[in-house]
Amino acid sequence: MANVLALIEISAEGGIANSAPAVIAAAAKLGTPVAVLAARPGEGTRFVARLGEFGAQQVFLVESDRAGAVLAAAQTAALESAARELSPSAVVAANSVESREAAARFAVRCGAGLLADAVDVMVTADGTPATSHSVFGGAYNVQATVPGRLSVITLRQGALEDRAPAATPEVTTVSLDVEAGNAAVIEQVHPTAADSSRPPLRGAAAVVSGGRGLGSKENFVLVEQLADALGAAVGASRAAVDAGYVPQSYQVGQTGVAVSPQLYVALGISGAIQHRAGMQTSKTIVAINKDEDAPIFDVADFGIVGDVFTVVPQLIEALGDRAKNAGALSAQAN
Amino acid sequence: MKILVMVKQVPDTEEERRLDLATGCLDRDGSERVADEINERALEVALRYKDGDKKGTEVVALAMGPADAAQALRKALSMGADSAVHVLDDALEGVDIVRTAEVLAAAAKRTGFDLVVAGNESTDGRGGVVPAMVAEHLGLPLLPSLNSVEIDEASVAGEAGVENGSLTVRASLPAVVSVTERAAEARFPSFKGIMTAKRKPLTSLSLSDLGLDAAASASVVLSISERPARTAGRKIHDDGNAGNELAEFLAAGRLI
Ligand SMILES: Cc1cc2nc3c(=O)[nH]c(=O)nc-3n(C[C@H](O)[C@H](O)[C@H](O)COP(=O)(O)OP(=O)(O)OC[C@H]3O[C@@H](n4cnc5c(N)ncnc54)[C@H](O)[C@@H]3O)c2cc1C
Ligand SMILES: Nc1ncnc2c1ncn2[C@@H]1O[C@H](COP(=O)(O)O)[C@@H](O)[C@H]1O
Repeated sequence: MANVLALIEISAEGGIANSAPAVIAAAAKLGTPVAVLAARPGEGTRFVARLGEFGAQQVFLVESDRAGAVLAAAQTAALESAARELSPSAVVAANSVESREAAARFAVRCGAGLLADAVDVMVTADGTPATSHSVFGGAYNVQATVPGRLSVITLRQGALEDRAPAATPEVTTVSLDVEAGNAAVIEQVHPTAADSSRPPLRGAAAVVSGGRGLGSKENFVLVEQLADALGAAVGASRAAVDAGYVPQSYQVGQTGVAVSPQLYVALGISGAIQHRAGMQTSKTIVAINKDEDAPIFDVADFGIVGDVFTVVPQLIEALGDRAKNAGALSAQAN
Repeated sequence: MKILVMVKQVPDTEEERRLDLATGCLDRDGSERVADEINERALEVALRYKDGDKKGTEVVALAMGPADAAQALRKALSMGADSAVHVLDDALEGVDIVRTAEVLAAAAKRTGFDLVVAGNESTDGRGGVVPAMVAEHLGLPLLPSLNSVEIDEASVAGEAGVENGSLTVRASLPAVVSVTERAAEARFPSFKGIMTAKRKPLTSLSLSDLGLDAAASASVVLSISERPARTAGRKIHDDGNAGNELAEFLAAGRLI
């Protein structure tokens, strides 16, 4: 099987980015997955075991003191170096701000084809890598390929659920003198404190989102309480983000995160077409809104015309009671 | 300072957007087309710099697209851009991102600039790769997905939101930046702006003007399918017990 490069991103707080398991899994669906990583000298080997757990058959580690100092230059050079060495049939990178820059630059540099924002990958009958894309908020599914060229694929974060079986990777370490005269300089890194108590929005099995209907940042706590009762991630409409209830990274929709969870709960969200574009492919949609004509009800499997400030507390209490009863039952059974 | 703003004409997100199931191209009759909102914000970033240095700053809007993309450029002119460049050529119909970036880079080079400002992602494609590809063609740094932008005579800096945090990034000019929705709230065209826009120069360039030939796209659409539209399910009015009913619904669907 042909080698397929999986670009590994190191996040602002210094660990392997959340996208890595899916990027490696996508590479494994297309061929032999090779994790490609740029790190400062001596700082990359500590990631190898983890990348093996994610399914990397090989780790191609490029050491450069430019990694983490400038944007994309070391990662692009790492892809170039790995491509020269391993003649891959495809390159997979997360469709994240950092990884897609390296993927895009690499594609231009070596005249490759670029398939952007894929939600799945597959191999066609003649062995060419192909991608599927969720277009216009999931209204269409488009399959594409770049015949006769190396395919560079950016993978939508949180979209691919497949995981590759763990492997014990072979490690190749290359030390590179990266040309970075023209790269943007990273002056400061501001990691956000990891909020480990809640699942991340991308790829979460359940999402509870709040909109302008919550009315204030203080009231938005209600959304978080329900999310915690359901073990869900927290999302928001753009109006809620604009009003400052939550940070921008919470935004679900056309210009925010596109989610496809088992359960999506919309609280005080009207369901503007741009919001629906980011959540309408969810398995089950629940909406609570005061306005019976709110468009969110057109896509809701269960809609409640009501006030979030009365319905949600009752729901949280009912969930708590059920959890208690279930606990009591299982205690009895023991 | 010459600032080039890349403006894309896209189907209006306010309406249902349609693909032609036979060709994979946008169904142009199916949707109203407008300047992508993110590009109005990109333009705003440039105009704010110009507000502080009216005489010394020139703002040029650049679009590649069919004839009606001129509307997006007119909108940019009415908001305050000084001139516009439209890359218009029949051979560009339905081209892929690789080709788009190559053409935009050639047009940027020909037009000249100190800074290129783009949107982080377009609403009809969400690829978010064109700015990086343009930067690579031009051999320039990219400051991607900036939530805030600071421009001075010699450099550009800003805050890029990335995985688990953000980065303060800087590059000397010339450079390319892409901006997010956080970067700026776009102004409305004034009446005067709308009137003067008609007199501002809008240049059309063909592929041969750019010294490019009519190469085809490399990427091929294999299939397109339409997802069945969602239908509304059960809707109840809260009579004091809706929270409990919802808990039942979630339990019945094994969602808790
Ligand atoms: C190019 C573009 C991109 C966009 N991208 C996005 C995007 O990514 N994500 C996004 O969300 N939006 C996006 N928007 C904005 C979108 O058009 C809407 O403005 C936004 O989604 C509205 O948010 P909302 O539903 O919270 O607010 P509103 O539309 O104001 O709705 C608030 C709702 O809360 C209800 N309500 C009020 N009080 C209560 C209560 N006590 N109990 C129950 N219900 C209550 C009201 O009935 C109302 O329906 C975009 C717009 C454009 C033009
Ligand atoms: N055809 C185009 N004409 C002008 N600018 C474009 C075009 N395509 C992409 N861009 C620019 O690149 C940004 C990101 O687009 P994309 O990579 O397609 O998501 C857009 O917001 C525009 O600024």
